[in-house]
Amino acid sequence: MTPATPAGGTAAETATHCPYCALQCGMRLRPVEAASAGAAPVEVTERPDFPVNRGALCGKGRSAPALLARGVRLTEPLVRDRPGGPLRAAGWDEALDRVAAGVRTVRERYGADAVGVFGGGGLTNEKAYQLGKFARVVLGTANIDYNGRFCMSSAAAAHRRAFGLDRGLPFPLADVPHTGCLILVGANPADTMPPALRYFRELRENGGTLIVVDPRRTRTAEQADLHLQPRPGTDLALALGLLHLVIADGLVDEEFVAARTTGYDRARAVAMAHWPDRVERITGVPVSRLREAAGLFGRAATGMVLTARGPEQHSKGTDTVGAWIDLCLATGNAGRPYAGYGCLTGQGNGQGGREHGQKADQLPGYRSIEDQAARAHVAAVWGVDPDALPRAGRSAYELLDGLGRPDGARALLVAGSNPVVSAPNAAHVTARLRELDLLVVADLVLSETARLADVVLPVTQWAEEDGTTTNLEGRVILRRRALDPPEGVRGELWLLGELARRLGVDRGFPADAEQVFEELRRASAGGDADYAGISYRRIAAEHGVFWPCPDPAHPGTPRLFLERFATPDGRARFAAVTHRPAGEEPDREYPLHLTTGRVLAQYQSGAQTRRVAELNAAAPGPFVELHPRLAERLGVADGEPVAVVSRRGRAVAPARVSAAIRADTVFMPFHWPGAGRANSLTNPALDPVSRMPEFKTCAVRVERIGIAGDGGGAGDGVDRLDGAERAEPARGADGERAAG
Amino acid sequence: MGGAGADRRIAVVGGGMAGARFAERYTALGGPGTVTVHAAEARAPYNRVLLADVLTGRYDAEAIALPLGTSRLRTGCAVVAVDPAARTLGLADGTVEPWDELVLATGANPVLPPIRDLRRAGGGGLTEGVHTLRSLDDCARLAEQAGTARRAVVIGGGVLGVSAARALAALGVRTGIVHRAAHLIDRQLDEEAGAVLRERLAALGVETHCRNRARALATAAERAAGVHLANGHLLDCDLVVLACGARPRTALARAAGLPVATGVLVDDRLAAGAPHVHAIGDCAEHRGTVHGLAAPAWDQADVLALRLSGADPGARYTGSRPTSRLSTGGLEYAAFGAVDETLDEGLDVLRLADATRGSYKKLVLRGDRLVGAILLGDLAGLDVLADAWERDDPLTGHPLHLLTAAAPGPAPA
Repeated sequence: MTPATPAGGTAAETATHCPYCALQCGMRLRPVEAASAGAAPVEVTERPDFPVNRGALCGKGRSAPALLARGVRLTEPLVRDRPGGPLRAAGWDEALDRVAAGVRTVRERYGADAVGVFGGGGLTNEKAYQLGKFARVVLGTANIDYNGRFCMSSAAAAHRRAFGLDRGLPFPLADVPHTGCLILVGANPADTMPPALRYFRELRENGGTLIVVDPRRTRTAEQADLHLQPRPGTDLALALGLLHLVIADGLVDEEFVAARTTGYDRARAVAMAHWPDRVERITGVPVSRLREAAGLFGRAATGMVLTARGPEQHSKGTDTVGAWIDLCLATGNAGRPYAGYGCLTGQGNGQGGREHGQKADQLPGYRSIEDQAARAHVAAVWGVDPDALPRAGRSAYELLDGLGRPDGARALLVAGSNPVVSAPNAAHVTARLRELDLLVVADLVLSETARLADVVLPVTQWAEEDGTTTNLEGRVILRRRALDPPEGVRGELWLLGELARRLGVDRGFPADAEQVFEELRRASAGGDADYAGISYRRIAAEHGVFWPCPDPAHPGTPRLFLERFATPDGRARFAAVTHRPAGEEPDREYPLHLTTGRVLAQYQSGAQTRRVAELNAAAPGPFVELHPRLAERLGVADGEPVAVVSRRGRAVAPARVSAAIRADTVFMPFHWPGAGRANSLTNPALDPVSRMPEFKTCAVRVERIGIAGDGGGAGDGVDRLDGAERAEPARGADGERAAG
Repeated sequence: MGGAGADRRIAVVGGGMAGARFAERYTALGGPGTVTVHAAEARAPYNRVLLADVLTGRYDAEAIALPLGTSRLRTGCAVVAVDPAARTLGLADGTVEPWDELVLATGANPVLPPIRDLRRAGGGGLTEGVHTLRSLDDCARLAEQAGTARRAVVIGGGVLGVSAARALAALGVRTGIVHRAAHLIDRQLDEEAGAVLRERLAALGVETHCRNRARALATAAERAAGVHLANGHLLDCDLVVLACGARPRTALARAAGLPVATGVLVDDRLAAGAPHVHAIGDCAEHRGTVHGLAAPAWDQADVLALRLSGADPGARYTGSRPTSRLSTGGLEYAAFGAVDETLDEGLDVLRLADATRGSYKKLVLRGDRLVGAILLGDLAGLDVLADAWERDDPLTGHPLHLLTAAAPGPAPA
């Protein structure tokens, strides 16, 4: 295959997109002549013609080629001959035969649902689609889910409930600078998607107002006109408190409410149960600031609310997003230009990854797997009997929690995910993974999860393959192959085809991405996420195409809902939800909130970014951010290792004393395995609708360690296999701030 | 009889804040059966906390309705009898309704102070021009008369009295407060804070008469025309508002033979003295305390909903530590706990008064525990202090830092 040569690039350059977050920045890759062994074979150059980032890139994107170098990645399959034995190199045939035999054994002994699949929001649309098809058609299992469940599933559920459709942003990012007032809830784009900051800066330059809601005074919050700093787990009450004040101050858009919504009376009644003094008591945000925020938002000509993981990763995430949507609906901020609610999706293909069937309850085109017409349509495309398709399976955490149990999966295929680091209650999840009869991990590096596997399959990465992703705007974009993968590395599409053949399915699993996309178009046709009119050629020519795009003549849909919402009656639905406590609130034994999140120079479980030297230098390890008053009471000095203890485990990392955080809350980034793994602590309390775990708040206490370097002692639930990658008690963890 | 199944009948007596909250929570938690709220008033339950703002016209009367989830609501439905043995209740129209679980949320009545001529001759209710402020009907009557009134006297200088006076002043009515104690809101504030509040009220057009008692109503043409004080003064007025506290409504419980002291006695399960009978809110007395405030009433409703719905049958109510709060511009304060350090030798006190900003802060401490606080004018640090007090946690850092703390996360634009 030869590298594509898009318009505007030199013959040697390939126009493509970043492998990391949902912004999917455009970039060019230029081959490095005579790259030395261990060095990246391509370098990143700007792609100013791509409108989302106009050439801007963050440190993660610029350094992404480092992972293409040999030495940091896997270049041959690995197999483990006996439990507890070492992983050894193997050929592809041996590895795939081993997987097929293991799957057959488990299926014969325990049934089809005993083979599980765990995907990822970083996979391309083609891979996500094919993984879902593989699970339903080849494995015949209901049990496929993915790490996107841990990402934006609450926002997705709330979106569907309110608008009848889930697309992260119902408008292009370019609309943001033109709104009057923007509330960013639990989002820190300054660290998570730096090139997007431009839009928020332009908003303020245009005279708009930026309000940031975050328990921490992040670098994003520092740029806001108003920063509201609620207790973790109280965003729902905060939204209702603002709705209350909007009603009290006569700022409801009665005309819009009457013409385009249903359920306002119930929403108003619920808001009345959240009067200012009560909301202040619940959230810790002073009444005066609630008033200020409600006034700024309610009086603006247009307004937007954007949420990210902050309010979503809770056992009430769906309701919380619903309450923020209610605030938008009451003020007429939906379904018209420069206004509306949106979710800042996290993973690279967080949007597309949830549309095409790697979710336990969904089929391609964002169809419900329980819907008869949807089953019939997809079964026809796949050439199978609709009744043969499995029904909805278990959600991500429930799937992991059930591993190795009598009614759970005995074999698991993992692609594009690292649950040993990223799942909640991670020590428990790690223990469940060890109970499997067969664990297969397809990844580009030997992640912490791959280390536990019986078979590890080395796969291609972004610059080595074609494929589409769908960015946070709902814009379908195209990644292009810029170079050949190393010998011994294969793509997921190829290996799914090989496995299908070994399991008796000879057709329907091509290795070519465009061929898979053509089938995806047909499978999605008529669904919510309708890609039928999108082609590789159009994407390249138009800088991406916004779905829904039902036919080749359709221009795509940058702005949704301008005429009507996607509900049966065309009206948006108020959620009318009531605040409730978190799954676990602080008490005498565990008196503090723990909240988790990201740092600028790392990405997700760190499986990729921790292998990039310049990123590791900037953000070398985990830390525990705590307020000076709390540090004083505990007698903890800046940089001193401390233990954070919850009912589920213990994590050790150096203290970072900072007045940027509430005194009742500590913060840990979640990118690291080992002793400093934040997810050893987190609570798997699930949202009843989205099945999202409660990553963003749990109850902890902080203990002094006393002796520097003590890794936390025995019985701490930390995965000892991770020892080699155990995060160093990082000195100067501040470094990542300089990397921006 | 319905037990825990879909035919279970839960009767709530009272459509006030506690009853409404219980009904909403029970159904939201997926509790089995049907909840029926029997409300004596002719309208759906509403948020009583907002009445002073309804008076000023900030909220429409209809806009403050509270959610009831999927409960059934019977308005204008006065319950006249409860039979715990037969598990029935009797309605004013003579019908008898069976129940499986009974929730008494009958609330409280305003206390009528011993003032001569307060009532009409012949027992026809309050004299024309005299008002209480506990219901939307009260509010509507008062608002109508305030439209033409020139002067008002509020009797009682607690939180409700101060709020009512502030609202009347906002409507352009010159208002005086008559208060028996030495300073305003004396149950929550100390003398210094009371004095600051008095000045602020004066700036809003409200004069305060502390250490004074209303002795008799002056009338003209059978309407209130003034209030005679015990010290001999006469305050002319067109309106009188009574804000002298409330007394639990316990007649139903008493008649049913349930144990009653000041309120209907309940244990930590919120169980009253008969099987399947519970009491919450202003009518309930728990561990010797009748709170008479919305926050504890909702704490109780939440616990009872957890218990009866089956979501957490073991839930217990162990008491509330409510905060007294006014958040109206010009009168901002928060206070809680014991604020009189002279009552106990083991107490320390920290005070910060800023005359130029008109702010006053006081912390009362025992060791590293906060036992009470007043924040007036400048409320920075309130959430940390209120948390520490509510949970009886040791304070984080030196308490002096909390007194001087900036508000959390301010954003200089």
